Amino acid sequence: MTCAEAFSAYALRSLGIGEKLLPRSDFTLCQQVTLIGSGLIWNIYFGVLALFFGFFLANAVAMARASRSAWLRKPAEWFIFVFRGSPLFIQFFLFYEAFVLLPKAGIDIPLGVTTLTVETSWLTKAWAGALIVLFLNTAAYSAEIFYGALQSVPRGDLEAADAYGLTGWNRFRRILWPTTLRLAWPAYTNEAIFLFQSTTLVFFSGFPATQQRGDALYYANYFADKTFNPFVPYPIVAVYFILLTLLLTWGFNAVNRHLNRHLPANTRSRIRLRPQIIR
Amino acid sequence: MFSQCADPSTLDGLNWLGCYLTTGKHISFYWSFLTVLVLLAVTAPIALAFGFGGAMAARSQVAPLRWLGKGYAAMVRGVPDIVFFLFFVIALDQALEWSLHQVRCPDWTEPIRQGLEFKVCPQAKIPPGDAPQWIHQLYGFALAVTTFALVFGAFAANVLQGAMQAVPRAQLETAESYGMTAAQVFRRILVPQMWVYALPGLSNLWMILIKATPLLFLLGVQDIVYWAKELGGAKTSTFAYPHPDWRLFYFLGLLVFYLCMTKVSEIALGRLTLRLTRGQATMAGEAQRRVHA
Repeated sequence: MTCAEAFSAYALRSLGIGEKLLPRSDFTLCQQVTLIGSGLIWNIYFGVLALFFGFFLANAVAMARASRSAWLRKPAEWFIFVFRGSPLFIQFFLFYEAFVLLPKAGIDIPLGVTTLTVETSWLTKAWAGALIVLFLNTAAYSAEIFYGALQSVPRGDLEAADAYGLTGWNRFRRILWPTTLRLAWPAYTNEAIFLFQSTTLVFFSGFPATQQRGDALYYANYFADKTFNPFVPYPIVAVYFILLTLLLTWGFNAVNRHLNRHLPANTRSRIRLRPQIIR
Repeated sequence: MFSQCADPSTLDGLNWLGCYLTTGKHISFYWSFLTVLVLLAVTAPIALAFGFGGAMAARSQVAPLRWLGKGYAAMVRGVPDIVFFLFFVIALDQALEWSLHQVRCPDWTEPIRQGLEFKVCPQAKIPPGDAPQWIHQLYGFALAVTTFALVFGAFAANVLQGAMQAVPRAQLETAESYGMTAAQVFRRILVPQMWVYALPGLSNLWMILIKATPLLFLLGVQDIVYWAKELGGAKTSTFAYPHPDWRLFYFLGLLVFYLCMTKVSEIALGRLTLRLTRGQATMAGEAQRRVHA
C-alpha cells in the first residue's frame, strides 16, 4: 500500500469514511500517521466544543460562587468540588453507566394533548455523552479559575466604576468581566491545553468506539497492541499533541494580547505553560 | 463468610445485603482500595526523588546532564500523561527483557522482533514462564509504580526547578561569601529553603497523583475500577447473588472515595503549609511571626 493509498483510505476513517477494515498486517508508517491523525479529529471535536460551551457555564458558576446568596453559592461550590475533586476517568464511567440506565425506548413527557418522547440512546454514544462530561468538567475547573480572578479584580477599578456611576449589569460588563477575563487568561490557557489532553481518556473509559471510530490514542493503542511495538505509534501521538499544544498556545496568546492591549508593555500578563491542572 | 450466608437464596433484605457485601470477591474489592493507597505511598517518594534528580541535573554545569534534566522536565508539558502511561508499561517491559536477553543469551541468532512479535529467549522472560501467579501480579504492579514515578517525577522536576530558582539569590550569595563550596550552598542553604516555594506545586501534584490512580486500570492492575466494573455488572440467576446492573452505584462509591481523599489531603496539606512557612522569609511566614510576637 503506497502512502497516497493509505491517506485516501484512512484520512477520514475516524468518521467512518473510507476503508472499512483497519490494517491488520504489514503496517506502514504512512498508515499509522494517517490513521492516528484521523483520530485527532475527535480530540479536536471534544476539546473545541467542550471548551466553547464550558466557557459560558464557567462564567455563570464563577458568578454564582461569588454571590452573597447561599442558594446560589452553595450549589456552585459543590459543583466545583465534585468535578475538581474526583478523577475525570471515574466521571466518565459514572456518567456512562447513568446514561445506560436511562430507558432505551425514550422518556415520555406528557404535554397535555400529546406526549413528547425524548430519545435517550444518543447519550450513551461518545460524541454526546463524553462531550457532556468534558463540558461539565472543564466548566468546573474554569469556574474556579474565573472565581479566583474575580476575587483579585483591583479595588481601584471598582471604585472608579462607582465614581462614574456605573452599576449593576453595566458595571459587570464594562469593568468587572473584562478585568476578570484578563487576569484569568493565562491560567485558562493551561486549562484549555489540559482539556485537550484529557480528551484522550474518552475511549478508554466505558464509552465504546463503534465500528472502530476512535480518537488518536485509540488508534495508537490499536497499533501498539497489534505490532507489539510501542516505539512508533505513541511518539506519533506525542508529536501530534505537541503541535496541537503549540497551536492552542498561539491562539490563546493572540487573545491574551487583545485583552492586554490597553496596558503598558511591562504590566501585561504573560502566559506560562504550567502542568498544574490535569485531571 | 458468615454461617447464615451459606444459602444466599433464602436470604432477604438487610441480611441479603450483608452477605452480598462480604463475599470473597467483595473482600478482594476492599483490598484493592489498599492497592491504591500502597501505590500512592510508594510512588510519591520515588517520584519526588526522580523530580529532585531531574531538577538537580537541570542546574548542572555539565551541558549534556543539563539537557537531560531540562528535557525530562519538559517532556510532560505538551503530551497527555496517559500516552506516557500506555507507552512506558510496554516499553519498560521490553527494555528489561531485551537487556536480560543480551546478558543471558549472547549466542541467540534469531531476531527479537519477528514481524509482529517480540521474542526473547526463554531465560530472559520476566517473570519466568513457570513463576506463580502472584509474581506476575507483583511484576505488573512494579511496572505500574515505575511508570507512575517516571511521569510524576517529570512533573515534580518542573515544580522543584521553579522552587530552586525562587530561593532569593541574596541568600546564596551570602553563603558563598562565607566561603561555602557549591555543594555546601546547595545542601545547607538552597535545599532547606526551597520546600516552602515548592509546596504549592507539590500539593497540586499530590492531588493530581490521587486523581491519576484510576489509570492503574489501564495498566492491567486489578484495581478498584476493575472490581467496580466486575462486581457491578448485571448478574443473572445462575449467580449466587443475582442483581441488575449496579455499576452506577459502585462508581458512585468510588466517586465518594476520591472526594474524601481529596478533602482529607486538602486539610493535611493546609496544616503542612502552615508548619513549613514558620520562620521563612516570605509574606506568610512574616504574618505568622507577627501573630506570635
